[in-house]
Amino acid sequence: MSIALIDYGAGNLTSVRKALTHLGARFETPAGPAALPDTHAVIVPGVGNFEVTAALDAGWRRAIAGVVERGGLLLGICVGLQWLFEGSEEAPGLPGFGALPGRCRLIENPDPDGDSADGALFKVPHVGWNSLHRKRDSWVLDGVEEGDQVYFTHSYAAPVGPDCIGSTTYGVEFASVVERERMVGMQFHPEKSGDVGLRLFRNVLDRMSA
Amino acid sequence: MLSKRIIACLDVRDGQVVKGINFEGLRSAGDPAALSRRYNREGIDEVVILDVTATIEKRKAMARTIHAVAQEIFLPLCVGGGIKDEAHADAAIEAGADKVSLNTAAIARPELLTALARRYGSQAVIVAIDAKREGGGFRIYVRSGQQATERDAVEWAQEAADRGAGEILLTSIDRDGTKSGFDCELTAAVSEAVSIPVIASGGAGTFDHFVDVFTAGKADAALAASIFHYAEHAVTDLKQHLHDRGVPVRMGRWARTGAAESPA
Repeated sequence: MSIALIDYGAGNLTSVRKALTHLGARFETPAGPAALPDTHAVIVPGVGNFEVTAALDAGWRRAIAGVVERGGLLLGICVGLQWLFEGSEEAPGLPGFGALPGRCRLIENPDPDGDSADGALFKVPHVGWNSLHRKRDSWVLDGVEEGDQVYFTHSYAAPVGPDCIGSTTYGVEFASVVERERMVGMQFHPEKSGDVGLRLFRNVLDRMSA
Repeated sequence: MLSKRIIACLDVRDGQVVKGINFEGLRSAGDPAALSRRYNREGIDEVVILDVTATIEKRKAMARTIHAVAQEIFLPLCVGGGIKDEAHADAAIEAGADKVSLNTAAIARPELLTALARRYGSQAVIVAIDAKREGGGFRIYVRSGQQATERDAVEWAQEAADRGAGEILLTSIDRDGTKSGFDCELTAAVSEAVSIPVIASGGAGTFDHFVDVFTAGKADAALAASIFHYAEHAVTDLKQHLHDRGVPVRMGRWARTGAAESPA
């Protein structure tokens, strides 16, 4: 029994591995979905384009859904959060995991012709440190305070729905942390978000090991 | 609100930081990992390691440096200096870098930006531009500022973004090392021309220079080296200075709660 870190070719996993090791988590990167029945938790990382999630084919989906059905925990990071939804307009023909309702959309610039009210132009992608707004209480957010900042790098974002426990505003408000049953998603990179990121990661890993 | 980022640059040679190591009483200042640990504690947002030698023989030593720094910080880590091809980029990322910065190689072979963006995502690809004021424009220099090109900084920044670069690290050769302030005109010209973040570099001497480059210069981030080496708490003090002047920065909880003391 361990945590499965899914390596489906979505960029570089070095910093996720480093954070997991730092936090004392036991994990492996299974070669294929056949190994997942022995797993009690799954982490779907991801950077870059939603298209990379095409590698998470029907076999992976069934195996990941199986882990959750057996009471395991699923954490999606960045594109991994977006994948929890029905899809993304970044790759319109490609379905997401579909556990959460709604589709991810390109971050809209509310003021494309000029400066916004606070004098800052909303560039897309959204890169850098931005604040978390607590939408409701959740064990995922234990030890995290309103306004704590985390590191983002993305162009597409998930809608604020009933499963959104933390949101961030960049031109528009989007879901930066989601939780539904045993599924958690983080749009930012907890592995690159200093102490706040490590705390969020630890909250999930503690639950995964419980 | 999105914060303006403060980035510390470590100029490394033979595994040691080579700039601004003369702060008394800070014996470990030359060690990149020790310096990164201190910056992390003080609230730095990101770290850039520039290998100022970057010869083939030194690359293995560089990988050890990257790995040592990556063990200290859970922040974005960028590595640059002498990255010529995909193999160099792979080695840096394998060692723990989140981003690689390309300068001379990107001008010579712009398609390298696209290849690396496909492989690692645009967020991992930074194009470094060294520019100098000439004839009313901003001419690009390569090979550590030694060789002039025919390229204009604003036009190349746009092309680099189109080709897949995710950020621009923009250094003013005129201001670098002068401590006379960032070149805000250069920074604003590039920042307004592209939709990707621009990191301003070169000329930081006072905290107010950062205020200027984040307002008049329209920079998304600012990078400096020696200003942070000289004094303990320089990063914390700079962020407090920016915060007090209304520039959005990532602050520790001590600032938001109004307490005066620094974090433990």
